[in-house]
Amino acid sequence: MVKDQEFLKSKASYCIDLAKKMGATDASVTVGHSISETVNFRNKSLEASDRSDGLALSIETYLGKRRSSISSSNLLDENIKTLIEKCFETTKITPEDEFNSLPDKNLLAKQISSLNLYDETRFENDKKIKYLKDLEESASSDNQIINTESSFTENKSNFILANSDGFCHGYKTSSFAASCVTVAKDENSMERDYEFSSKRHLSDIKQATYLGNKAAKQAIKKLSPKKIGSEKISIIFDKRISKGMLSAFASAISASAIARGTSFLKDKIDEQVFANSINVIDKPDIIKGMGSQNFDSEGVNSNTLQLIEDGILKNYLVDTYNGKKLNLKSNGRSGGTTNLYFEKGNISYEDLMKKNSRSLYITETIGHGSNIVTGDYSVGATGFLVEDGEFKYPVNEITIAGNFKDMFKNIILANDLEFEYSVNSPTMMIEGMTVAGK
Amino acid sequence: MSNFFNKSDLTRQDTDKIVSETLNNCDDGELYLEESKSESILLDDNKIKSSNYSSDLGFGFRAISNEVVAYSYSNEISKDSLKNSSENLKSTLKSIKGTYNHEIPKSNKKFYKDINPIEQKTLDSKLEVLNRVNDFLRKKDGSVKQVTASFAGEQKSIEIIRSGGEALTDVRPLIRFNVSVMLEKNGRKETGVYGIGGRQSYDDYLKNDNWKNVCEEAFRIASVNLESKPAPAGEMKVVLGPGWPAILIHEAIGHGLEGDFNRKKTSAFHDLMGEKVASEGVTIVDDGTIDNRRGSLTIDDEGTPTERTVLIENGILKNFMQDRHNARLMNTRSTGSGRRENYRHIVLPRMRNTMMLSGNQTQDEMIKSVDKGIFAVSFGGGQVDITSGKFVFNCTEAYEINNGKIGSPIKGATLIGDGPSILKEVSMVGNDMMLDPGIGTCGKAGQGVPVGVAQPSILIDKMTVGGTKL
Repeated sequence: MVKDQEFLKSKASYCIDLAKKMGATDASVTVGHSISETVNFRNKSLEASDRSDGLALSIETYLGKRRSSISSSNLLDENIKTLIEKCFETTKITPEDEFNSLPDKNLLAKQISSLNLYDETRFENDKKIKYLKDLEESASSDNQIINTESSFTENKSNFILANSDGFCHGYKTSSFAASCVTVAKDENSMERDYEFSSKRHLSDIKQATYLGNKAAKQAIKKLSPKKIGSEKISIIFDKRISKGMLSAFASAISASAIARGTSFLKDKIDEQVFANSINVIDKPDIIKGMGSQNFDSEGVNSNTLQLIEDGILKNYLVDTYNGKKLNLKSNGRSGGTTNLYFEKGNISYEDLMKKNSRSLYITETIGHGSNIVTGDYSVGATGFLVEDGEFKYPVNEITIAGNFKDMFKNIILANDLEFEYSVNSPTMMIEGMTVAGK
Repeated sequence: MSNFFNKSDLTRQDTDKIVSETLNNCDDGELYLEESKSESILLDDNKIKSSNYSSDLGFGFRAISNEVVAYSYSNEISKDSLKNSSENLKSTLKSIKGTYNHEIPKSNKKFYKDINPIEQKTLDSKLEVLNRVNDFLRKKDGSVKQVTASFAGEQKSIEIIRSGGEALTDVRPLIRFNVSVMLEKNGRKETGVYGIGGRQSYDDYLKNDNWKNVCEEAFRIASVNLESKPAPAGEMKVVLGPGWPAILIHEAIGHGLEGDFNRKKTSAFHDLMGEKVASEGVTIVDDGTIDNRRGSLTIDDEGTPTERTVLIENGILKNFMQDRHNARLMNTRSTGSGRRENYRHIVLPRMRNTMMLSGNQTQDEMIKSVDKGIFAVSFGGGQVDITSGKFVFNCTEAYEINNGKIGSPIKGATLIGDGPSILKEVSMVGNDMMLDPGIGTCGKAGQGVPVGVAQPSILIDKMTVGGTKL
């Protein structure tokens, strides 16, 4: 069983009291406990089981504007005492930084509303095994599938965040995740693809047969790929890739990147950065949402933020430290976005596919090709050539490149938004990017 | 050396008993105990932004029978906790019986000293170096708009206890020093990053004001990029500089030669053993035995002494990298490549220091032979799709080559290639093999481990450059 709030609270207040007693002017602490169990299958038989049980503690101590931190997994009182001593000694010799402080008291979350993020259902390993058997049975029904690997993970966590201004809250969360990786082979090639489902509640996990069938179909569809020539072409990003654009956008509007001047979106508030049909929203209070939270990692209340309104940048993601630097109030985004999404577009998936007589549909990218300082984007890609709305043949060993500043302004979104993950996007088309191939 | 048995009610005797009794009917397995102490100190935006110290203690208990691996970890070292883990392993493997393999090779060679780098330099003197880095770069040129500098240090003590009570220990120091600088000129911003590190004390790397060289290099890379033009798009010849660009070898070849992917036949290399996979003159080794290198290990995380494993010899595929589990299932021996990020993770076969050895040509000859292509000097990260064999990496410093001469710098572009065929496109191997500066971290299945790479300059006849200029 995951440790209860009482246990975590007693550890947290022990830390805060001790730090204050040693002379710290302020302190904050996070104590968490997490238990997770995973079962892995390969080619229809059990391959591994993995159980983890971990406590974690992190403490920040302040002496005026001086601050330092420690973290540990050892929660014995004796060890905590040694660590806090060490932390406070370090704090004393760390230089002052005028922006260091606990969050403003009046921004702290007051009420914790239930977002239904915890499902206490226990899915025993025997049941995980049954689920994975069904999944792999359907994943390997086609003889072109030569390898399947799948896993089921159940996680239960609890945490407390406390600080010396009296904040002391936390809550339990759970997650269940099933995934399947398939390898397909024909005389020309070997290709891999995947499908997964990750939810707060067990009953929302997709059917085993659905995941297995889909992972298999996707890998088979990629067999015998061709390389295409280098050209400018419209690119359609599958949902699993288009959401990555939002993640790149989120890192470019983090207050830390803005304050440091290392973002291509610095000083762009109230300016047009996306096509004027585009709206981007970050909503922390979606019931059962994978990214939902009552407060951020500093305890600051988080409300829904409209980040992009009709293509115009309206908000950065602000934490206490960088907010003070930028003269902005924290908007409860220390730790990043919550449930981030593009509002759906006006055009159907089918019409988007047919919009151009020839386009490239991307299902996977590899490499770390996003440069937040310059906005340059260049990644390896695999996908399909689309002609008149139909998939013609799989394509690989190509790269796609552009600059976010132009790409964001040329985004067209389909109307097929679904809330599956913590970052969600409809299918996306961007015109005028460069493909490098032959 | 950590003593794991003075921390709670768990004695060494109890431990041996529980381990032996749990693993008795299994093919392999061990109890892995780990204590790590680490620090990170960061200067950013003219200030010491953070100083963090962390201590971690825990165990990972593994039992293997046939193809099934059962694993359980906890950060509570106590008799109850170990018994719980034992019950958990036994319940997974209840219907599968094995015969324990007690054999494990021994060596008394050590490739680094038992030091704690964190304690060897005072916090004050670390802060002083970071502040000097900041002042030095900001005074150097008016275009410097942002400086980030950091220290990261760690000491990890491990003890591996096998069935029957055999114990193996190691103490591993590791440090890294990193500088990143952002320049702005005529509205353009570019960054340059450089770092150094390995398994010695901070001062071994910082002596003779060596931090200045790290600053100069980061500044030079950023300056070059300020003048960069859009990169070309399409297939062309690529000359790779020596040292760090060997992450191409790591991504393109290395991962595909790890035992697990080949046992499972999901690697594009699984049926190529003994075959020609590279041009003649190409020899690649994975070496865990180079003194003080970031990727070196005295013993791996299963207790096997590391070695120099020849992967490709003169173009022919010779060996895969193996941990005990995959080696047993493939009827071969462990190459001392079993690694894990920490006690929370299972062991996987991983790279250590992956190196292409020198040939006899010069970089100059390579550049002169290229009519149209690029010269890639430094890279950011890379990635590979093991199954299709396609890999990418991102240039952070590159130039165009026109008619045998190095031309303008080009913007960061992704290069993409095909692992099993790329080494057949190598037409020249340089005489200038160099080790990387000690900064690599390799990610696999969510686990990061420190690695090294090395290579001489090489000429690749055909590779796709992912620029924007057609």
